[in-house]
Amino acid sequence: MAKKTYHYYPGCTAEKNASASNYETSVMAMCEVLDIELKEIPDWNCCGASIGYAGGGELPRLAMNARNLAIAEQENPELDVVATCAACWLAQRETKERLLEDDALMKECNEALAEAGLKYEAKQRVRHMVEVLIEDIGYEELGKHVKKPLEGLKIAGYVGCQTNRPFGIAGESFENPKYLDKMIETVGAEPVEDYEKKVQCCGGALAFSEPEKSQAMIKDIIEAAYDGGADMIVTPCPVCQMNVEVYQEQINKRYGTKFKMPVVYYSTLLAVAYGKSAKEAGLDGQVIPATKLEEIAKR
Amino acid sequence: MSDLNAQMVEKYRNSFLKEVEANVEEGEWVKMCMQCGVCSGSCPLGPYWEHPPQEIFMMIRAGKREEVLKSESMWMCTSCYNCIVRCPRGLPITHIMHGLAHYAERLGLAPKQNPTRRFALMFWDNIAKHGRVNETVLSIKLYFMDGFSAGIKRALEMLPVGLGMLKAKRFNPWGLFFHKGCKGKRDIQKILAKAREIELAKAAKFGG
Ligand code: SF4
Ligand code: SF4
Repeated sequence: MAKKTYHYYPGCTAEKNASASNYETSVMAMCEVLDIELKEIPDWNCCGASIGYAGGGELPRLAMNARNLAIAEQENPELDVVATCAACWLAQRETKERLLEDDALMKECNEALAEAGLKYEAKQRVRHMVEVLIEDIGYEELGKHVKKPLEGLKIAGYVGCQTNRPFGIAGESFENPKYLDKMIETVGAEPVEDYEKKVQCCGGALAFSEPEKSQAMIKDIIEAAYDGGADMIVTPCPVCQMNVEVYQEQINKRYGTKFKMPVVYYSTLLAVAYGKSAKEAGLDGQVIPATKLEEIAKR
Repeated sequence: MSDLNAQMVEKYRNSFLKEVEANVEEGEWVKMCMQCGVCSGSCPLGPYWEHPPQEIFMMIRAGKREEVLKSESMWMCTSCYNCIVRCPRGLPITHIMHGLAHYAERLGLAPKQNPTRRFALMFWDNIAKHGRVNETVLSIKLYFMDGFSAGIKRALEMLPVGLGMLKAKRFNPWGLFFHKGCKGKRDIQKILAKAREIELAKAAKFGG
C-alpha cells in the first residue's frame, strides 16, 4: 500500500510527560508499520475539551478550534486532519460542522481568526485515528502485519462516549459498536462478548471535580470486564484510559474491591502484535502493568 | 445582582423561554422538547441531578428563571452525549446544558462552590492564557482550591495516583515551572478577545 499522509492533531494529553504520552508512543510505532505519515499541525492549541464551556462560551470555543483547522488548511488543504484523542476529535469535528452549517457563525469566527491573520473555510475532513485504520487501511490490511498474534488473551473493548457519540464511527451503532472487538480479533486475541459497560460514561472531567460519582461508574466498567473474564481493557480514548486505569487503588479502598486491571489503547495492541518492543509500544507508560502484553513483546 | 442580570430580567420580564432562545447556545431548540423523559433516563449522573434535562426544559417554559440558572444540575453534565443520540426530537441537549451553565456563569448566578464549575473555570483560564493545558499547574490548583490545609490533605490523598503517573512518565513535575504552551499564545489571546467581544455585542443587541 502506498504511504498515507495526514495532518496530525495530538492534543494536550499527548505532550511529553503528559497523561497520554504513552498513547502517542504507541500510535507512532503503529503508524510506522502501516506506512502512515502524520504531519503535526504547527503550534496547535488546546481544543477546550468539553469542560471549556464554563469560561469559554460558544464563539471563543469555536474560534479556538478553528485556529488549528485554519493552520492545517493553510499548510495543505488536501490532507485530512486526524486526531487521536476522542475529545479533540469531537471538538474539532463539531466546530467544522457547526461552522459549515451556519454562515453567520462562520463569518463571526473568521472575524476573530483575522486577528491572527487566519481564515477558515472548512475544506478538510476531521477524523479520528480509528476511522483512518478502519476506512483507509481496513481490517484485512491491519491483520496482514501481525507478527505476534496476541493468542490466549481475552480483552474487553471499552468504547466509552466520545468516539461513539454523537458522531460515532460510520456503520456502527451507538448502543453496541463492534469496531474494537473486530480489532481485538484482528490481532489474534478474543473479545469479551456482550461486554456490558462498553459504552458507559467514565465521568470525563468529573473524575477530578466529583471523584465519588465518577469512581462509582468506573467501578462498574472494571467489574463488568472481570465478569466477562477479561485480562485487560482496551480503549480508543485518553480520558477513558486514564480514568479507568489510575484510580483503581482508590476504588479498591473505597469499595473493598481487588481491582488490578490493565487498560491499554488499540494502538498498544497493534504495536505489540506488529512485533514492536514493550518500550516502543508504550508499555512502560502503564500505571497498572500489562504483564501479558510485556511477555508477548519480549518473545 | 450583576448589571447584566438586572438588564436581562428587565428585558425578558415575561418570558424566560425567549431569554434562553436569544442568549443560550442552541437555546432555540428548547421549545421542541416533548417531555418524553428519555434524556433523563439516559443520563449517567441522572440520579444525582436535582433537575434532570427534561425537567430543566419544562422549568424554562414555566418561567422558573432563578431555579434553573442557580441550579447545580447542568454542572453535572459529563458531555457523554447519551441524551443527544436518543432524543426523539433531536435536541442538542448536551450543548444546551453547557450553554445554560455558561449563561448562568456570565450572569453571576451559577453556584459558586460547585466543584465542576470551579474546575471548569480554572481549565479555561489555563488554556486561554497559554494555548495548551498545563496538567501540572491545573492539578495543583485543583487540589488547593479550598485553601492550603485542605489542599495538602487532597494532595496527600492523590499522592499514590500522582506517583504512579510519575513513574510511568505521564506526569511532569517540572511543568510547574517550565511549560512552554503555544508559541502563538498572543495570537490566541487576540482571537479569544475578539470572539468574546462579538458575542457580547450580540447579547447587547438582543438583550440590551
Ligand atoms: S429526550 Fe428530547 S424530547 Fe424527550 S424529554 Fe429529553 S429533550 Fe425532551
Ligand atoms: S451529555 Fe450530559 S445531560 Fe446528556 S446524558 Fe450525558 S451527562 Fe446527561
